[in-house]
Amino acid sequence: MRALLAWSSLRRHPLRTALAILGVAVSAAMLLDMVMLSSGMQVSFRALLTRQGFEVRLTPKGTLPFDTEARIAGAASAESVVRRLPGVQDVSPVLGTTLHVVRGANADAVFALGIRPAAQGDYTLERGTDAVDVDRMVANATFLTRAGLALGDSVVVAAGYDAQLHMWTARRRVVIAGEARFHYLATDQPAVALPLATAQALVADGGGGSPDQVSLLMVKTHAGVDAEALRRRIEREVPRVTAIATADAVKSVEQRLGYFRQLALILGSVSLAVGFLLVSTLVTVSVQERVGEMAVMRALGVSRPHIAQQVMLEGLAISVVGAAGGLALGLVTARYLNTILRAFPGLPAAIDFFVFEPTAAYKSFALLIVTAVLAGVVPAWRAGSLPIAATLRTEAVS
Amino acid sequence: MSEPVIEVPMGPPLLEAVDVARAYALAGVPVLAVRGVSLTIEEGEYVAIVGPSGCGKSSLLNLLGAIDQPTRGRVSLRGRDVSRMSDREATDFRLRHIGFVFQRFYLMPMLTALENVELPMAEAGVASRARRARARELLAYVGLEARGGHRPAQLSGGEQQRVAIARSLANAPELLLADEPTGELDARTGRDVIALFDRLHADGMTIVVVTHDEVLARAARRVVHMVDGAIVSDERNAPAAAGGPPRCTTSPTATDAPSPFRRPPG
Repeated sequence: MRALLAWSSLRRHPLRTALAILGVAVSAAMLLDMVMLSSGMQVSFRALLTRQGFEVRLTPKGTLPFDTEARIAGAASAESVVRRLPGVQDVSPVLGTTLHVVRGANADAVFALGIRPAAQGDYTLERGTDAVDVDRMVANATFLTRAGLALGDSVVVAAGYDAQLHMWTARRRVVIAGEARFHYLATDQPAVALPLATAQALVADGGGGSPDQVSLLMVKTHAGVDAEALRRRIEREVPRVTAIATADAVKSVEQRLGYFRQLALILGSVSLAVGFLLVSTLVTVSVQERVGEMAVMRALGVSRPHIAQQVMLEGLAISVVGAAGGLALGLVTARYLNTILRAFPGLPAAIDFFVFEPTAAYKSFALLIVTAVLAGVVPAWRAGSLPIAATLRTEAVS
Repeated sequence: MSEPVIEVPMGPPLLEAVDVARAYALAGVPVLAVRGVSLTIEEGEYVAIVGPSGCGKSSLLNLLGAIDQPTRGRVSLRGRDVSRMSDREATDFRLRHIGFVFQRFYLMPMLTALENVELPMAEAGVASRARRARARELLAYVGLEARGGHRPAQLSGGEQQRVAIARSLANAPELLLADEPTGELDARTGRDVIALFDRLHADGMTIVVVTHDEVLARAARRVVHMVDGAIVSDERNAPAAAGGPPRCTTSPTATDAPSPFRRPPG
């Protein structure tokens, strides 16, 4: 009967109830978006860094991956030393550079990765075959679209342009074997990947020094290996590199994303406060309108707790329906906002600002319900504590 | 030989108020609404409390019905002191022993007539099917068996008051208290309600009604006059046959429905 009374009270003013539910839904949507934002970049960064199971990354001393043009000299020996360390399962060398695709008199710059296809973790092949031969490469969709090329086409990639001779000092014809999605690069950045030896030769012939250099060594470990201990060991064994454990990188990213968390916390709190005020206002107005009815119910023998429960049920019903709608609304708005934010230049394609995690959604829902219950406490207490005789007297006079 | 005398043990009266007073502050000004009222009401009586506005009639009714507590004195129902009960005890007492009828009906607007009548039974824990059956029975008693599915807004004032009376009878109370039950009704529908009270009285219900309505007061068997918070007269109306109070013996509300004065199961 309490539920029926609560429901009937909400039905009495359908427009007001609908507006309150809408308000709670907007508040819930904002809360969910803020929860998703507070953890979204962390989650996607973590997923990005741990995608292929590489636990340690080696960069030139004092740098971050692809932070500068610096490279690890003596890459083969460094890789060999690392491979021999206990706990190391595989090592993936990566050389990052800018190459040019030459077509007639034109040359378009493209970011290129030299990789070892079997061990690489930089891209996912989406079509065709991998760059397994020295004269094969894979490219992303942006490159193919802008260059007007297709799988199977052959192009000339070049490096080291000599301005006096008007020629490239390093050139190689390669076939586009596959299309790939590069995880660490922006979607709108044209990119290709070639076998490491091909890329190293192009860089060296183009005036970039020794071919035995890489930008990054990614180390995959066996299960259960202490990545931090391995990191320290690598830095001792190969002093010219900085070893970064993925866990540390994730931690570092999380520290840098503290602004997002603060922003999300503030806006999430604001949305909770708005939800609280909405529910509290509606329930208070509802109680105020029905003090006579409630006093009569008390006179008829309805207990204080039952009156209070009825009022709290009203707030709860608005919140549950509003929160459920808000979660759906939040997902839609998060997707839209994510699309806008991901268009920011230079962001890796795999990075999302808003990541849906069921636990976060449940937490938002629970938080809103708790808030709604709290919002109903004061009006419910007031309704339950109405002095019956005085209220009836006031009602009779009015 | 003289006939043997059979002594019948006398129990306590149904309702007894002894030197009851109630003071409260109205806009910061202390008001003594009820001043040392003593009143005894036996089972089956039909009492009207009359008097000018503000003389303390409703305040006395609230005290008799355990809605309010006296600042002095004692109110007891069948010898049980109801004036010092805790809020929980008084609430449960009202639920199971007292029926209330108010001037403004105060039906729950979004509930049907049946659901309104069921409300006190639901609170008393009566099972759904049993309370639905009893609510139908009570609506039949007040002549509204066909209006059970209607909401208050779909009923006339007189019909709403009859639903409110059915609601007051839901838990088979021992005492029915009514505060200006015809105050919001026109003369014709007021007569329907008076006829219903007549019938309730005839079926054995003890009724105390606060009213300005002379017709209703004349229908009662006993009239208590209050002035300025005190009882100034307490008279029995003459029987109708001897030119006493008019009896509303015919009424559109009268039905052949059996008396519903039995406690609902549960």
